Amino acid sequence: MTRSAPPAHRYPDGAQDDHNRNPPRRRTTRRPERRTVAVLFLVPAVVVLAVLVVWPIVDTIWFSLTNSSGTRFVGLDNYATMVGTSETRRAIRNNMVWVLVAPTVVTVVGLILAVLADRIRFVTAFRMILFMPMAVSFLAAGVSWRLVYDASPDRGALNAALVAVHDMFEPPSPYAGMRPRGDLVLARTPSGDYQTVRPVDAGSVVALPLVGLASDKLPARAQPAGMPAPGEGLAGVVWLDFRPGGGTAGVVDPDERGLPGLRVEVLRGGTVVASTRTDDFGRFWLPRLTGGGYTVRLPHAAFAEPFAGVTWLGPALITPSVIVSYLWLWAGFAMLMIAAGLSGLPRQALEAARVDGATEWQVFRRVTVPLVRPVLLVVLVTLVINVLKIFDLVYVLAPDSSRGAATVVAVEMYRVSFGGGLNNGLASALSVLLFLLVLPAVAGNIRRQRREGP
Amino acid sequence: MTAPSPPRVPVLEPAGTAIVAPSRPSLPARVARRLVGVATYAFALAVAAFWLLPTFGLFVESLRDPKDIAASGWWTAFVRPGQLTLVNYQHLLANSDVLGSLWNTLLITVPATILMVAFGALAGYALAWLDFRGRQLLFLVVVALIVVPVQIAIIPDAKIFRALHIYGTTTAVVAFHVAFGLPFAVFLLRNYFLGIPTDLVEAARVDGGAELAIFVRVVLPMSRPAIAALAVYQFVWVWNDLLVALVFARPDSAPITYQLQAQMRTFSTNIDVIGPAAFLSMVVPLVVFFVLQRHFVKGALADSMRAG
Repeated sequence: MTRSAPPAHRYPDGAQDDHNRNPPRRRTTRRPERRTVAVLFLVPAVVVLAVLVVWPIVDTIWFSLTNSSGTRFVGLDNYATMVGTSETRRAIRNNMVWVLVAPTVVTVVGLILAVLADRIRFVTAFRMILFMPMAVSFLAAGVSWRLVYDASPDRGALNAALVAVHDMFEPPSPYAGMRPRGDLVLARTPSGDYQTVRPVDAGSVVALPLVGLASDKLPARAQPAGMPAPGEGLAGVVWLDFRPGGGTAGVVDPDERGLPGLRVEVLRGGTVVASTRTDDFGRFWLPRLTGGGYTVRLPHAAFAEPFAGVTWLGPALITPSVIVSYLWLWAGFAMLMIAAGLSGLPRQALEAARVDGATEWQVFRRVTVPLVRPVLLVVLVTLVINVLKIFDLVYVLAPDSSRGAATVVAVEMYRVSFGGGLNNGLASALSVLLFLLVLPAVAGNIRRQRREGP
Repeated sequence: MTAPSPPRVPVLEPAGTAIVAPSRPSLPARVARRLVGVATYAFALAVAAFWLLPTFGLFVESLRDPKDIAASGWWTAFVRPGQLTLVNYQHLLANSDVLGSLWNTLLITVPATILMVAFGALAGYALAWLDFRGRQLLFLVVVALIVVPVQIAIIPDAKIFRALHIYGTTTAVVAFHVAFGLPFAVFLLRNYFLGIPTDLVEAARVDGGAELAIFVRVVLPMSRPAIAALAVYQFVWVWNDLLVALVFARPDSAPITYQLQAQMRTFSTNIDVIGPAAFLSMVVPLVVFFVLQRHFVKGALADSMRAG
């Protein structure tokens, strides 16, 4: 808790009032009229707190021991339900993940950013940019991050970036989604490759018909498919066995075009003995093969669906995704808190370490971190309390399909009561759970106040 | 790279080692340092860009035609700026639900801030400067309440508001926000008031000033920084709240956050309404943030105990 000092008062003669900054414990005289005044000053706050905060705590604890409408005492049944129902159990488990992961990640990133900000010239702008999300509602943040996480690489920024990077290293195949026409010649193997059903011999010509691609999607260089003439070695053609009207299955019809640049492998006894690529007419020729018993294979890579990014908001990844957006919201806070701690560091200690030949990493690890450890602890505790009660972000960011997977205690508490469940008993039990979890922080605050306070 | 260069003075080494002056770093060392500096800046820029991206994306998206939004990402607006249009905002301004909810947000936020600061300051003054039995205990109770989660009170408070016939009104939302903002307000202001020189308050008392007059004329003006930080942060906090509104408001008294999430739930794809409305809902807190940044940051850092 930062406690800002008020400006020192200046008397008209310019003398500074310093001797009185820490007033004695009992500095006011006890007079009856002043007690009346005290009561009047305290009434609004005390009434509001007593009626809307303190009494409700007692009430909620009582509710948690009654049935859904609060009419019958049921003992600890609601707590049993809380631990026994899969939704609430999952909420508790997710909350544990949140508490273990989010505060640590945010604090570490905050520390890195604070150190980073210390070394650049546009510190103020940098800090402002990182702190700005604190002013944004969880709701608006949720909407923004929905756009980032959108599953479609055409609309979601993150997937668009991922796909762009992926395709740079591995361009998408033009033949994605193609399949054999019929199952007489080619069959699909468990790994997704297409290979000939019957063994083929050198000297023969294999015709490998594929369908499943609009003919205007073929590469521009694709030429009308041609059957190679039988000759030495193994030859064949891979083509789009379809034309308006259908064409004859398994036969190269006049308007049908070959599939250029497709990888063809020939196996014998399970190992690849030769491979090549088709030409612009879809033909391939492996002149050196002799004998028989070959299998021709078209590897699956060419037909796999193109990489479409990651479903960030799907049930599997929803919690990590929401935690990243939480990081975005709170890293600025951690950074500023830690930066305040860093600015209080003795510069000499850092410089002494550098002069002694310590690398920047050693300085960071051995000097900076130990010196700001108290601040790190404050940030960590703050974030743990914050994360325990996390509601809006999860509620807003998780689409309906992964709401169950994303749920946390506060969301579950809302869902089973005001959100439609109408079970005030169970909701109260969940609230009491949250309350119990923050109790250590309550105790800590009181202890600190008693120690530091006047 | 702004790392301070080593001072050009001999350094006293532990016994047994020679005294050496740090020499000018070698060329490779200087090149390495330069590269590290460039990398630092590149990294900082990347981080800043990443942090701006979500908000900026939402802003651009809110300026695009609904048809384009459905078909492509917001970044295509840089290739085809023809997509940019104000039509979404025109629709929004014709949407009475959204406008009404913005008005409700103001009706909730302003009183909640003023009442919290007023009640908090009065109580803080009593706890700091007036003597009465149980003062310390009362203050500790207030400190204990700072981190209490709102969930613990929403069900009983809903009952109370129903009994008072204010459930579903902005009054209920305001009352709840005041109640849960108060512990921190009292705590912060009481501690701040304690720092005011005793002589000043006592002198005013000797002059026969009434406590209320001392409070208004002496203590409040001197506490402007604390009050500003508190008020600015509470304002943004309440403006951004969703949970309390979901629980205590009804559609006709609902703030913008409530309205927006209702729209999101009903039609999860109509980003052409949600996008501009979400951005509009951010404008006020962002303006507050940029204009009153000092106070906001102070409030946010001080309020770390409440933290959610």
